[in-house]
Amino acid sequence: MEKRAVFKSWWLPVLFALPQLVLILLFFYWPVAAVVNWAFTLEPPFGGAAEFVGFANFREALSDPFYWNSVVVSLIFATVGPFFCIFIGLTLALAVDRQLPGSGFFRFFYILPFAIAGPAAGMAFRFILSPERGLAASINALSPDLWNPAKYGSHALALVIIIFIWKWSGYTFIFLLAGLQSVPRALGEAAAMDGAGPIRRAIDVQVPLLAPTLFFLLVTMMTEGFVGADTFGIVHSVTGGGPNHGTEVMVYRIVDEAFQGLNYSGASAQSIILIGLIMLFTFIQFRFIEKRVHYK
Amino acid sequence: MADIQIRAVRKSYGKTPTLHGIDLSFASGEFVVILGPSGCGKSTLLRMIAGLEDITAGDIAIDGRVVNKMEPRERGCAMVFQNYALYPHMTVAGNIGYALKVSGVPKAERERRIAETAKIVGLQDYLERRPAALSGGQRQRVAMARAIIREPKVFLFDEPLSNLDAKLRVTMRAEIRKLHQRLSATSVFVTHDQVEAMTLADRLVVMNRGHVEQVGRPLDIYHRPASTFVASFIGAPAMNLFKTRTEVETATVRLDGAAIPIDPLVAHALQGRDVIVGIRPEQCRLTREGHGIPARIDFVEELGVGRVIHCEIAGEAFAAAVAEDAEVAAGDTVWLSLPPEQLHYFDAESGRRIEFPLPGTDIPAARSSASITHPTGVLS
Repeated sequence: MEKRAVFKSWWLPVLFALPQLVLILLFFYWPVAAVVNWAFTLEPPFGGAAEFVGFANFREALSDPFYWNSVVVSLIFATVGPFFCIFIGLTLALAVDRQLPGSGFFRFFYILPFAIAGPAAGMAFRFILSPERGLAASINALSPDLWNPAKYGSHALALVIIIFIWKWSGYTFIFLLAGLQSVPRALGEAAAMDGAGPIRRAIDVQVPLLAPTLFFLLVTMMTEGFVGADTFGIVHSVTGGGPNHGTEVMVYRIVDEAFQGLNYSGASAQSIILIGLIMLFTFIQFRFIEKRVHYK
Repeated sequence: MADIQIRAVRKSYGKTPTLHGIDLSFASGEFVVILGPSGCGKSTLLRMIAGLEDITAGDIAIDGRVVNKMEPRERGCAMVFQNYALYPHMTVAGNIGYALKVSGVPKAERERRIAETAKIVGLQDYLERRPAALSGGQRQRVAMARAIIREPKVFLFDEPLSNLDAKLRVTMRAEIRKLHQRLSATSVFVTHDQVEAMTLADRLVVMNRGHVEQVGRPLDIYHRPASTFVASFIGAPAMNLFKTRTEVETATVRLDGAAIPIDPLVAHALQGRDVIVGIRPEQCRLTREGHGIPARIDFVEELGVGRVIHCEIAGEAFAAAVAEDAEVAAGDTVWLSLPPEQLHYFDAESGRRIEFPLPGTDIPAARSSASITHPTGVLS
């Protein structure tokens, strides 16, 4: 039987829980309440209390073509980025799991990028892939502007996605390697006896048994792509949303709108739409993909 | 159908050697059991035949082709794993048919063969289930079916029965034996269970610490163990062994003050050497008071078919099997006689068997000549 400690007085447990409660209230519920409040109100231009305006802030956000641009950019960012993160992490994990010579070194080496802050990685890549020098310069020598993220929005979006993938593949790698290590070795051996080569074994045996890990990574990585600190940090340090709104992901637009444009109400409305979007995606994932995951 | 040649095979993990030069040869269609305690290298040897472990030195040839560098799939072996290693996300049919799917057999043909194979192992009603919904015995059958469907030249079994309960183990043992008679593929079966080994084997290989101790038919090994290790590993309860010196004049060996008569010719041949003398518990006889060796019984084991008395003689545990109606009880003193023709002699230093070409010491099943049996003797 499980033993439970029963508190006789009501104030003692509340006292113990208080530090945590204060933190949550101060840094989570209060901001959420403030955002909801701002999203439905508007401050009069010449001072005074904020006025309730219903869905006006939402209507304004949704009627702005730049807002829809940021939704599309975010969708591309949050699907292409996580897809490649998981794919690369999986490939590396499968390779390291084979225990070939040197796998101990690579296990450490592949995780390393995850320890670097997104904006720092962004700055590094800004130089590594800058169009005027190094690798990119020799590509551009073939034909001018073959690669120029300073000029083309699509190139810039590719650049920030590459940085995101570079950093977060290490994260998916850790999880997938841990997942692979819980797949019994004998299964791979049985498949080898059945005539399957390493790639066939990976597809038929290892990946299906990794399904729970893959599903977890799909949900967390897409959320990370939409609202992660790195998504903002990389865009902020590398492109600043440009050129011509080409890399303006939703989180960047929200921060820009709020703290550059000082439009708290519009930014709050956009935040709520973003939360709704993530909830929708997570719902879809659980509703349609999780059914096909075998946990056992 | 294929023969297997293992020539001077060694295995080391880093600097730790686990197999020290194994020479074996298995004939086509033979059922060979490799028996040994855990850690003796028997599974490693099997996995080297399968292609799941690299061969450090030496050659393994299947059907005359050296397979050292071949992938498992090229070797024509099928393996049944200790924990079955069934694919948990596939149905029974998927598990059984996976090898065919990989080799690109068309679906209709595949389904026909899956149904056929499932029938052999009695799983035709379970094809759509997943392994998690099967009992231990059924999983075992799936693992067998998965091996059978490939029509392999060689079957490898890695302690396949050790996860089953005792009763099921006996049934599966019989089924494996029947299956072998039906398919007659060369089979190599690894186990640490001597009963499995004795009942299944055409030929038995006893291994210890990375060496082959003895190769032979199960009964030959039982009657003429090549070393003290084999003597104590085969047979339950284990053979009694005691170290002593032979006395030529009286033709006896000394055991705890009592003189045990031995064959005078043996005594003469041994010339007063230090030897280890062994006798199986089944061969000890109860005798009249004042004859043989006195022993105080520590405890009595009831086996139903008989009783085993455990006592201590000269500081060593000693067991004797007696009839179920023998009146023995813990604390009694009994007198044991050890028939001279049932004694085994081993070199005191190396522990290897000392063989005599003497009538009377020879049992009918064995006909080999006098020598210290070679550890890696190949019979086929």
